[in-house]
Amino acid sequence: MYPFPHRHLLAIEGLEQPYIADLLDLAESYALLNRQGKTQRDLLKGRTLINLFFEDSTRTRTSFELAGKRLGADIVNMSVSTSSVNKGETLLDTAATLNAMQTDLLVVRHGISGAPALLAQKVDAAVINAGDGTHEHPTQALLDALTIRRRKGRLEGLTVAICGDVLHSRVARSNIHLLLAMNSRVRVVGPPTLIPAEAARLGVEVHHHMKTGLKDADVVMMLRLQKERMTGGLVPSAREFFRFYGLDAEKLAWAKPDAIVMHPGPMNRGVEIDSAVADDPARSVIGEQVEMGVAVRMAVLDTLARGLRRNA
Amino acid sequence: MSATLFTSARLLDPASGLDTPGALLVRDGVILDHGGNLGRPDDAITVDCAGACLAPGLVDLRAALGEPGFEHRETIASAAQAAAAGGITTLCALPDTHPVLDDPALIQFVIRKGESTGCLTILPYAAATAGCEGKDISEFGLLKEAGAIAFTDGRKAIGNARTMRLALSYARAFGSFVVQHPEEPTLAVGGAATEGERATRMGLPGIPVAAEAMMVERDIALARLTRGHVHFAHVSTAAALAKVRAAKEEGLSVTCDTAPPYFDLNETAIGEYRTYAKLSPPLREEADRLAVIAALKDGTIDAIASDHQPRDADDKRLPFAQAEAGGAGLATLLGVTLARVHGGDLTLLQALDLLTAQPAKLLGLEAGTLRKGAPADLVLFHPERGWRVEAGRLPGKAQNTPFDGRALEGRVLGTWKAGRRVFG
Repeated sequence: MYPFPHRHLLAIEGLEQPYIADLLDLAESYALLNRQGKTQRDLLKGRTLINLFFEDSTRTRTSFELAGKRLGADIVNMSVSTSSVNKGETLLDTAATLNAMQTDLLVVRHGISGAPALLAQKVDAAVINAGDGTHEHPTQALLDALTIRRRKGRLEGLTVAICGDVLHSRVARSNIHLLLAMNSRVRVVGPPTLIPAEAARLGVEVHHHMKTGLKDADVVMMLRLQKERMTGGLVPSAREFFRFYGLDAEKLAWAKPDAIVMHPGPMNRGVEIDSAVADDPARSVIGEQVEMGVAVRMAVLDTLARGLRRNA
Repeated sequence: MSATLFTSARLLDPASGLDTPGALLVRDGVILDHGGNLGRPDDAITVDCAGACLAPGLVDLRAALGEPGFEHRETIASAAQAAAAGGITTLCALPDTHPVLDDPALIQFVIRKGESTGCLTILPYAAATAGCEGKDISEFGLLKEAGAIAFTDGRKAIGNARTMRLALSYARAFGSFVVQHPEEPTLAVGGAATEGERATRMGLPGIPVAAEAMMVERDIALARLTRGHVHFAHVSTAAALAKVRAAKEEGLSVTCDTAPPYFDLNETAIGEYRTYAKLSPPLREEADRLAVIAALKDGTIDAIASDHQPRDADDKRLPFAQAEAGGAGLATLLGVTLARVHGGDLTLLQALDLLTAQPAKLLGLEAGTLRKGAPADLVLFHPERGWRVEAGRLPGKAQNTPFDGRALEGRVLGTWKAGRRVFG
């Protein structure tokens, strides 16, 4: 293993292939230990991990909490409701508070792109971005990659179709960077109103029809469509979106016969994904994604904590 | 008042095309004479310029002052200090203060505050619409009488086409013009950076380049309709400049300015969410920066303004999308413009023309020239002397420079307002 060269995990963009591969290998070993019911409670013993969530999230926060507990860290959850915080000065005040508490690992979710990066400049702790605005969600991309690798045996050369609201998706951005770094072929599929400007310059193929977008895909990754996108007029209605971009058995048939179906959750059944597909054990790996989430976050916490030791 | 004789100067007067070594004599706040060999009156103080450039004080077409209402960002006194250090002796202040400058008494207040600094003539714009709300046009006639230099809603675009039409028509009656922030507000809403690959990668809400071009195009159509004069502030894109160029060729009353960030920086200055580089309009891609330089060269752009927007730490130490847009620009206006001279894009006289004679002409001012009888507003600068821009060490209160860390060649050595030394 190479020593991890970054103090924080703020983004996948800029993270080189060997480090991604190392994180995935380490996560794979944690996945194995988790299945065997073994824990490593001495690894982060005496370390303080704070889950600082400015946006509601049950799954990601719980996943980090579980990962930290399995490694023996002391964990505090801080949920800061967005209604009471709309001035970022509070963000830097929070940073000062966290420094005073001698936090080692800080997991941050924030509704605004770049907020964890700003926090990282001001805190002594190693910062893990648990999702910032429409920028990145690095641990989600790592867990998606691990899930794909376990199912397909590799990432290189696979065709991955990322479908739906790519414009507002931090999951999509992190996945695009990670999969391209691992030499997968990446497509984004969605209506033009939900595809970001100059998406092709990220190195992906852009498709506006599911039929061409899913053709020969090994992996179909669906994204959550937020309800407010419909009120914002980016798509006219849920039923229209489902008709053209919702994944059902008919559309899935355009992908490879053994293509797997992924979703970062929580799902809008009947909007971006049909229950029959989401619950099909032969195709859906959505449950495994959640399982890999814990393993990946253990690997990330472990890796960054080693950096803290090196720098201590 | 005594006299001052500037000797061994390189005299630069873009209004007359003068660029020659010589001396300049000032008496009672007015330029008395200049030439190769001037005798020194007995009562004159001598300033040995040692070969440095002596030019008219800069006329800044667009700057926001924190006063009234935002004194925590900047006061008129602190802005005047920064302006003097930047060689600016005349400054047009934006009306989107608190309260908004839409009343004659407020215009007079700002003018008097400027006079009280002793080093800066402040010419306030009046709000084009009451409260800068974009609905009803303000009292152009009364405001003009009170001293308003022209009409604008500052950082806000006049979005309603009918309101803009009325403003352009009505301003004509008073020989004035309307300054537009060229950005279609409904298209730009919520944006934090120029839409494109960079904003996509950073997950920032984008403002498409077309938002500028379409507003420029609309207002050109309205200028054609009303025969009014529209001036576009801080034009930053190739597409908009092409439209301005065509409108000028057509003979319409259309003028524009740009600001140093748009010919010195591109969107990469945002780096890792650097909020000091968050501006309005946002920094553009490199091709647009080059188009701005080309438009400076060919005369499509009439003036370079500082586009000074003071912000304090609380406005800027925020996640990028939440941070306030705007950059401090008074102290760096000359230095960053001279970078285009050193880069070979503009001659020294061309650069100074865009900073002095041209804005003065647009505003109908006596200033911006070394002509005999003109007010002795002067800047003495060394075109090659180097310095580094450092946020935190700029003159004045506002430190939010987008040029933090930029090495510049061209330093102001002294500034004179009506013959009185106010800097250096």
